[in-house]
Amino acid sequence: MEALKKNKKIIFNIGLLFVFVWLLITSYSQSKRKPENISELLNDFSWLGGKWPKWLDLPLMNWINVGFKALNEKYGYIFEAINNVLLYMLMLVKNFLIQAPWPLVILGVVVLTYFASGRKIGTTVFVGFCTFFIGFLHPIFWQKAIETTAIMLIGIFLCVIAGIPLGIAMARSARTRNVILPVLDLMQTIPSFCYLIPGIMLFGLGAVPAIIATFIYAVPPLVRLTDLGIRLVDKEVIEAADAFGASKKQKLLGVQLPLALPNIMQGINQCTMMALAMVVIASMIGTRGLGDEVLLGLQQLNVGRAAEAGIAIVLLAIVLDRITQSYGETLQERTTPAKKEKK
Amino acid sequence: MSKIEINNVYKIFGNNPNSVLPMVKDGATKETVLEETGHTVGLDNVSLKIEEGETFVCMGLSGSGKSTLIRHLNRLIDPTDGEILIEGTNVMSLNTESLIDFRRHKMSMVFQRFGLFPHKTVLQNVGYGLEMQGIEENKRNSVAMDKIQAVGLNGFENQFPAQLSGGMQQRVGLARALATDTDIMLMDEAFSALDPLIRSDMQKQLLDLQAELKKTIVFITHDLDESLRLGDHIGILNAGKLVQVGTPVEIIMNPADDYVEAFVKDVNRAKVIKAKIIMIPAAQADGIDKTNLIKVNEDQFIEEFLPQVVCNNANCEVVDRQGNTKGYITNKELQKSLSKS
Repeated sequence: MEALKKNKKIIFNIGLLFVFVWLLITSYSQSKRKPENISELLNDFSWLGGKWPKWLDLPLMNWINVGFKALNEKYGYIFEAINNVLLYMLMLVKNFLIQAPWPLVILGVVVLTYFASGRKIGTTVFVGFCTFFIGFLHPIFWQKAIETTAIMLIGIFLCVIAGIPLGIAMARSARTRNVILPVLDLMQTIPSFCYLIPGIMLFGLGAVPAIIATFIYAVPPLVRLTDLGIRLVDKEVIEAADAFGASKKQKLLGVQLPLALPNIMQGINQCTMMALAMVVIASMIGTRGLGDEVLLGLQQLNVGRAAEAGIAIVLLAIVLDRITQSYGETLQERTTPAKKEKK
Repeated sequence: MSKIEINNVYKIFGNNPNSVLPMVKDGATKETVLEETGHTVGLDNVSLKIEEGETFVCMGLSGSGKSTLIRHLNRLIDPTDGEILIEGTNVMSLNTESLIDFRRHKMSMVFQRFGLFPHKTVLQNVGYGLEMQGIEENKRNSVAMDKIQAVGLNGFENQFPAQLSGGMQQRVGLARALATDTDIMLMDEAFSALDPLIRSDMQKQLLDLQAELKKTIVFITHDLDESLRLGDHIGILNAGKLVQVGTPVEIIMNPADDYVEAFVKDVNRAKVIKAKIIMIPAAQADGIDKTNLIKVNEDQFIEEFLPQVVCNNANCEVVDRQGNTKGYITNKELQKSLSKS
């Protein structure tokens, strides 16, 4: 058995080598700049010196373009359906917030903060003022901030419904984790324009590609923190649940998730902050919101306008951060009350 | 039929335990196995029987496999080889569902670092086992309140574990295990994390509860005094092997090997040995001087009557509860039992 395990690795590596050789051969045969006869390469070794030879070129660009086109033509209706659903949800949230009288919205934020922060007056008043100042900076910012918030809320909603189950799956099996972790790394490192543009081609200009981009950019921390939170639950507590005969589901819902909740809330907080970071970038593909004010300010070299919009974004960030962060803290205090007394 | 029967259980930790099993069965030591294969031997051919209503203490230094052994009983750990019979049922034959059912109704467990649910109140913690059994909330809470009372924590039922001291937290752990009213209780170094005074207090509480409830308790400890105080039988583990099983007195009087002897070397024997163990039965006590006698109950420890013997330079007459003479103890027996061999 031990020998087979070692061989598995060797077989896998040999497989990789074959893939590499296959890539070399296909790209050579598809290359338009290859020499007439392959024997020329063996007689004349000048291609080994100096510049990278033009025929040694992986046609990945071509492949992706062809594949993407086929995807768009064949399965376009799927993307259209997604587009419609997301747009409908977005409009629902946006219209509700825009049509509501602005003092009522501020009041709503204040009430939400009050209960999320565990009735901390200081935080509540602070958040109330921050919300007020968004509109106070420039009347148009109020609606723009709501548009931005609506996009973020939908993006975060997607993050939560996809990210938390993914995190749970990762915590449960090491194999799943090994598969998902590199994907998360990829999502966090790949420049956002690389998926913004295909997003536009699939969903058209506007809010939906921004939501998709927000999701790709913001979901990794939530997945990671959910996974971490569940795995950090005291091993003896899990053993206790097992020893008293908890089923897998009872263990997850009754013990693991509640104890991981402070970490998961931290993940949602991170998710929110990263979503906000996408706002300016998303404005470049025609998403309306606070980001396009910054963009306009830059285009007109209007420093004041850009700065004003920048401050509004920071204020929005503070509001969202305080609400999500303080909710996480409240949860944490509930499970470790001893700490609270020390403060 | 014994309540718990463990037959030839092996546990090997590592990537591929089954490949190492034959080697361990052939008698390779823990060190050679680790060196040659990188596998750790947790349990090495352990067999033992635990009878209904007794407290069985499993003792050994850390790393001797005692915590591994106790986790085999409710299959928190699966053995590499061997069988485990609880009331005649082979727990290895249980599928996932019947294992869950078995854990809910047959056994409860107390943990070294308490294993309480930090997000549940004391009441909810104590009622957890009942919740798993599917008992509705009102009934659950009333049973839980009874147990909270039994361990002396009334008034704390709505606190969270983090608000309690270590000793109180372990009382919650004990109450939680008692609440399901299972026949078997597993206690994994239950009192090791507590300071000495509270530990002794908890031991007394356990003894009192046990006198009333008569459960089958498997208790793990590394503390000899604790095992002598609590155990009806003691099993001593060394490097995954069960080296000796016996009553506390058997272990002290006849240690099986150097390891056990090193363990019992510093024991205060006067605290452990009862009069009836060392007495000469009345029928054989012909040549004993019976002019100057002190009456001693057969269940008294040597410690309790030793000062009197020394002061009066007397012999002892051992009597049972009814006052019938059972035997005699002279200075010679005392000397023999108290001197370290």
